[in-house]
Amino acid sequence: MTAPVSDHALEVVNLKKTFGGLTVTQNVSLTVRPGERRLIIGPNGAGKTTLFNQISGDLRPNSGAVRLFGADITYLPPYKRAHCGLARTYQIITLFASDTLEHNVTLGLLGLRKTRWQMWLPLSFYHDLASEARKILDAVGLLHLAAYPVSEIAYGEKRRAELAMALAQRPRVLLLDEPLAGLSNTERLTVKTLIASIPRETTLIMIEHDMDTALDLAETVTLLDYGRVIVDGERDAVIADPRTREVYLGG
Amino acid sequence: MKWLGIALIAGSLLLPPLLAGDFYVNLASQILIASIFALSLNLLVGFGGMTSLGHASYLGVAAYISALLTSKYGIGHGAAAAISISGTIAMAAFFGVIALRASGLGFLMITLALSQVLWGLAYRMSNVTNGDNGITGLTRPAPFGISLDNPVSFYWFVLIVTVAAFVMMTMFVSSAFGSSLKGVRDQPRRMAALGFNPWLIRWITFIYAGFWGGIAGLLYVYYHKYIHPSSLSTTSSAEALLGVIAGGSGTLGGPVAGAALVLLLKNYASAYIERWNMLLGFVFLFIVLVMPRGIVPGVSRLVTSLREGSR
Amino acid sequence: MQFWIIQGLNSLSLGGLLFLLSSGFSLIFGLMRLANLTHGAFFMLGTYFAAVALRSYEGLNIWVTAIGAGLIVAAIGGLFERLVLARLRTNPLGQVLVTLGMSFIISDACLMLWGGDSIPVPTPQSLQAPTRLFGFVFPTYRLVLVGCAAGAAIVLYVLMERTRLGAMIRAGVDDGQMARAVGIPVSRLFTLVFCLGAGIAGAGGVLGGPILSAYPGLDADMLPLALIVVILGGIGSLLGAFIGSFIIGFVYTFGTALFPELAYIILFLPMIFVIAFRPQGLFGRVLA
Repeated sequence: MTAPVSDHALEVVNLKKTFGGLTVTQNVSLTVRPGERRLIIGPNGAGKTTLFNQISGDLRPNSGAVRLFGADITYLPPYKRAHCGLARTYQIITLFASDTLEHNVTLGLLGLRKTRWQMWLPLSFYHDLASEARKILDAVGLLHLAAYPVSEIAYGEKRRAELAMALAQRPRVLLLDEPLAGLSNTERLTVKTLIASIPRETTLIMIEHDMDTALDLAETVTLLDYGRVIVDGERDAVIADPRTREVYLGG
Repeated sequence: MKWLGIALIAGSLLLPPLLAGDFYVNLASQILIASIFALSLNLLVGFGGMTSLGHASYLGVAAYISALLTSKYGIGHGAAAAISISGTIAMAAFFGVIALRASGLGFLMITLALSQVLWGLAYRMSNVTNGDNGITGLTRPAPFGISLDNPVSFYWFVLIVTVAAFVMMTMFVSSAFGSSLKGVRDQPRRMAALGFNPWLIRWITFIYAGFWGGIAGLLYVYYHKYIHPSSLSTTSSAEALLGVIAGGSGTLGGPVAGAALVLLLKNYASAYIERWNMLLGFVFLFIVLVMPRGIVPGVSRLVTSLREGSR
Repeated sequence: MQFWIIQGLNSLSLGGLLFLLSSGFSLIFGLMRLANLTHGAFFMLGTYFAAVALRSYEGLNIWVTAIGAGLIVAAIGGLFERLVLARLRTNPLGQVLVTLGMSFIISDACLMLWGGDSIPVPTPQSLQAPTRLFGFVFPTYRLVLVGCAAGAAIVLYVLMERTRLGAMIRAGVDDGQMARAVGIPVSRLFTLVFCLGAGIAGAGGVLGGPILSAYPGLDADMLPLALIVVILGGIGSLLGAFIGSFIIGFVYTFGTALFPELAYIILFLPMIFVIAFRPQGLFGRVLA
């Protein structure tokens, strides 16, 4: 995937999505610069996850474009977007419950490598994959759980594991869909520290519907309501904007 | 403990020709052929999460092509086998493209419809397939000049192929590709987000399962020296599916145990009961209602709990 | 010319029969997400019922027989649904396997009870004389059959679109969870729809008797046709089942008449086309 170099890591241009008679995404446009930490907020039903789904390819927009580092990915299937450097986590945990944590991260590493087509040698033969997986688990503080099946680890640890899997792809753009949902206060702090430590080579775009939790992780904020961009800009400016208060406190 | 199990299995595989009479050796050959067929279906059902009710298509097509080439056109067994398998693979590729437009129940219905169409063709195109009379008077191959006409030598031949099939499928399932297949079965969206191509992974698996189904088909027609449209029937596909589910899908030993059980049941039941299909139906109901995970997982859970209980 | 007219009428009557067969299948699949592989056997039970009843009782009316068979098959279906299928709500694969098993049981039972020979079903006396229309001769029974199918389609349409029951069924088809949440008794609805589907198939089997005859294997001949109709027409769509039935009726009849050996492949072609370009069928919705 040779993308022409562009100023923007992710561009969403006039994206529109309708379901039957309902317009869920209305002419949404966004620009995210490389290395930026963007937070997308909005009340329930604002269309945040639908927007993510169109960026990741799980949904096809009716019109508009999505560009990754200048390359048009609007109609690319999700797996090809991964090869362009896109990664995402999901609102609900989508780990492989009956497999070990190490195996989960190994799959995350395998997805972008030619090795994934190997049909003869056992996966365990690839020691370099295993050691890299363990290194990633160590970086997120989960190495001690490497051999445990995912079904047996705590919810907060699963959230960190999801993150580890996405980071294993060394993505250029990482979409985090409510990464802090359902976490206790201590767990939340651990995950936030983790997110804060992600290197600048990865551009971060996060969704949270609870404004306060993720604000300190964000540099820029986009506020969505009823599928439309209401306010968009530097964090402090968006917070101070009267329209933001209106959206959250008004109807 | 594991070595004891392996020794027992090796023993039960090697002993029949040495100890038992022809009837039992033939029965053992049939069990092995059914095992390969069930294992090939399990690649789809257990490891791929794609339940097919049309797997008999591959068995039947390979069998018919080989039968026709050797009997009507006088082609040697080696070439006939190669052409049969190539044809079966091509058909699997084609059917796979159609069936994989859907998933779950839609996939099941399409595989069923496709295999019923083939079955109907086998009956109708009687100037090619001999219709309801089937094709008789077939021969067995003689690899390296060794005749396979007696039960014992045929058994060794089938055993070698079965072991090769088992080994290759084990390698397939534990490989990187096999892991990606299981991943696609469990979380297809996540796998796509990681960079895996779910459709291609499923399609390749579908073809590979069709390949081994075809191999089972060749062994089947060599064994019986006869082929009839009923080998393409839903009953044939259903027996394999029952074997997979009764034995326990998602394991490699399960389908073998299940296939053995179904075949033994069929052989012994038909001595006492005329209505094999009805019995098969009741067995389906029983297995699904009482032992949905199958026998092998059930037994292994039992063994684990016994071991844990004795600590 | 007579040939084409006759084949045309045969196509229509086969289409009508297929509608009676597949409308139930489509309803059951649409509402219960269940591919009811017993459906061919339900149809066959109706045909055997007709064969036995109409040959044993001289003056028995075919319409009464159809209703009777419909009720009996509906009852059998209902028992099966309550005792077996209801326990397997969380096991969709298991549900398919038990319907398959049940189809084996029913078909073998028929074989056991009535033997392996084909039993013809007498055409009702009053409809035996051919009809003359526009200078052509039509077998009257087939004309009536088309009328029955149209009638059934209208009744089903009114049921689905104009009654509360139909509204509940449609709600269940569209969104089962939501339907439960608003108090629709989805479980009882499932049983009712299964009975309805089975009953229509049974009645259809009776009406198809004079044309098809009762023979072992009728279920295996009819089920793939129902599958192809529903794949073509779209799951859960009565209109799709209606149109699909007649398309397949035409394709199969003309195919068998013109290219007898390849009739099955010709059947297969519209299905492939539709799957390739519109996997949800002509009128179906894309299942989540």
